[in-house]
Amino acid sequence: MATLRLNWDKVAKAREASSAIADDVNDRLCHFTTVTVERSIARLFGIDGVDKYDVPLSNVVVDHLKDKNVLGEGVAYWLAQGVLTSGLSQQKLAEGIATGDVDLTRLEQADPYVCSIWAKKQAQTALERIRRNKRFRSDRLELFGERPSPLLYAIVATGNIYEDIVQAKAAARQGADVIAVIRTTGQSLLDYVPYGATTEGFGGTMATQENFRLMRAALDEVGDELGRYVRLCNYCSGLCMPEIAVMGAFERLDVMLNDALYGILFRDINMQRTLIDQSFSRMVNGAAGIIINTGEDNYLTTADAWEEAHTVLASQFINEQFALSAGMAEEQMGLGHAFEMNPELKNSFVYELAQAQMARQIFPNAPLKYMPPTKYMTGNIFRGHIQDALFNAVTVMTDQRFLLLGMMTEAIHTPHMSDRALAIENAQYIKRAMADFSSEIEYKKGGLMERRADQVLSEALELLENIRVDGLFHALETGLFAGIKRRRAGGKGLEGVVAKGEHYDNPFVDLFLEEQRGVQ
Amino acid sequence: MPIEQWVKPYGDTMNDGRIQVSFTLPVPDGDRAVEAAREIMFSMGLTDPVIAWHEALAEGFTFFVAYGSHEKGIDYSKIKVQTVDVHVMSMEETDAMIRERFGRKIRVIGASTGTDAHTVGIDAIMNMKGYAGHFGLERYEMIEALNLGSQVPNEEFIREAIAFDADVMLISQTVTQKDIHIHNMTELVELLEAESIRDRFLLILGGPRVTHELAKELGCDAGFGPGKYADDVASYFVTELDKRRQARSSMSIA
Repeated sequence: MATLRLNWDKVAKAREASSAIADDVNDRLCHFTTVTVERSIARLFGIDGVDKYDVPLSNVVVDHLKDKNVLGEGVAYWLAQGVLTSGLSQQKLAEGIATGDVDLTRLEQADPYVCSIWAKKQAQTALERIRRNKRFRSDRLELFGERPSPLLYAIVATGNIYEDIVQAKAAARQGADVIAVIRTTGQSLLDYVPYGATTEGFGGTMATQENFRLMRAALDEVGDELGRYVRLCNYCSGLCMPEIAVMGAFERLDVMLNDALYGILFRDINMQRTLIDQSFSRMVNGAAGIIINTGEDNYLTTADAWEEAHTVLASQFINEQFALSAGMAEEQMGLGHAFEMNPELKNSFVYELAQAQMARQIFPNAPLKYMPPTKYMTGNIFRGHIQDALFNAVTVMTDQRFLLLGMMTEAIHTPHMSDRALAIENAQYIKRAMADFSSEIEYKKGGLMERRADQVLSEALELLENIRVDGLFHALETGLFAGIKRRRAGGKGLEGVVAKGEHYDNPFVDLFLEEQRGVQ
Repeated sequence: MPIEQWVKPYGDTMNDGRIQVSFTLPVPDGDRAVEAAREIMFSMGLTDPVIAWHEALAEGFTFFVAYGSHEKGIDYSKIKVQTVDVHVMSMEETDAMIRERFGRKIRVIGASTGTDAHTVGIDAIMNMKGYAGHFGLERYEMIEALNLGSQVPNEEFIREAIAFDADVMLISQTVTQKDIHIHNMTELVELLEAESIRDRFLLILGGPRVTHELAKELGCDAGFGPGKYADDVASYFVTELDKRRQARSSMSIA
């Protein structure tokens, strides 16, 4: 592959600044847990189902403890207490809380040490369940062979899981390697995960564990028929980030969108809440062998891709450090970026190529996710198809791992079956036609592309150095990303942040960190 | 009576009526599928259909690219549309008009309301930078613009509009699946009417599927669809607010 001459000294400095930024956030937040982190632990302990009002039992348990002002000790501690003194299973206890027959805080007290042993044993059981999924995935990949880059990533968004399955199977047969089920608009702001198979959604389908299971089974079926492993993607973002990560780990999702910065900026989720949630969700994703996708590409839907390119790079550096601090391997960091420059700009293709190539070289082991044009898609589907073709060319030339298929009908409707088929055809044609193109060329020394890459890198470094001085929270308050300002105590979900108590223990943290080290 | 003016689609010769269509049928590819596609064309009133391309998209689904002729055409003289009929001014002209006629800043509040998470539209109109070379409302000296962003509930939007003492409420609706935008707008207008404050604001709807006619039907004052920019919207509301101001002052004189 042709490469750009980059200033590696600046890259090292940018990493150093980002590491300091992430450490500062982690230091501030390590004394807190959140309602969704605790619900994740309940789910990992096997608590499943809903009460008669359709409230998930994980919410029932956590709300019960929060109402009693004892959530700070953690769900693991209280469930251990409950199981050890009552002899009931954790599921039965949760059901008892739902009916009002059990009050965890009024049971006899068990020894905290014994509790922690019990919790560790339960955690091991959950890990075994996750490991079975990982083995299944690696066996299939070994059997069928890994797919060459770029993986073609198609979305389905009908709102009805059964209709999604029809579309997803069709897309897989047409050549899609990854199927992403878009979530219904608004789910990110729900502080619970809906339950069961769903058939109603707007602009997407509810992320529920049952929907995950149904789609996974459908893709396995079509994958076995086609002789390749079809990856499944969904979103562990929003207010239930780590819980959905757990669901993904249990139902063998392969890719999950996961980005606190995205939630803060574009969903107005409280920054403290979501950064705590993100840390644990990345541990879950990491341990489950799930590749995360970060959302930097979205900055460019509001901010200008030429002027604000450095914010994308800066955010990639920060996301890399957050992922590293959650123990994640570089091979699971699907950092995001996008082809969003104004097509009226002279040499826009050259600059897009420079940006994508720079990202590829700075994050050589990361399976980068490259997003197609959306902002300048107009409804002129004929021009749109050409914009997507140029995007595909950059993707292939710079060896991106995930090519999110651009739809010529972007900005008109959720994709028709034919839109997706034409998008796949477009991408496959360019993938084939330009297969060895970039190993046949060299980029001009000190040319337009190298100068542009250096400019973006320098600006990103300057931005990161500035953020380092006052911290990430301050940067978000002053609108340094995507031109959007968010307050430290503002946004949704802060009430779900709880200070950890004396007995607090999340038995999964060490376990998942260790599991990830095993991977590396 | 206006003089009839019949027009037909233009391919490469006047009145050839040629139209291109593409669609998918949930049937397996083959001769029967092609015949079915021709029937679809006939039933659309298109004659001389040519199925230029057909291929299986998936098991049981076939995609067609087809051409046909619309022989009858339509009488153009009978076409009437509701459009926002206003002289579009530049940013400087709009600022000057506000300064001269109002002597104060016009306050504009905007949001993607309901569950809509897409801000591309409202950002294009409001953000300083604007879109495609048309500056956004934040850039106007005589406009105080407040963009609440995405997923703003109708109740909150109204509360903020009152607190901001807005002259104009801009609503962006991008997600239109299952007509969610229509339900959402109806709710907003009903809430405003219930509070008897509908007349206090100019209500302007925007989005990729919005027409002026639709917006009026939903109880808004105006609607802007694709290809409209901040200057279109600003010219409209300044002109309309000025009209209302004059109507009010002439009423008080009488």
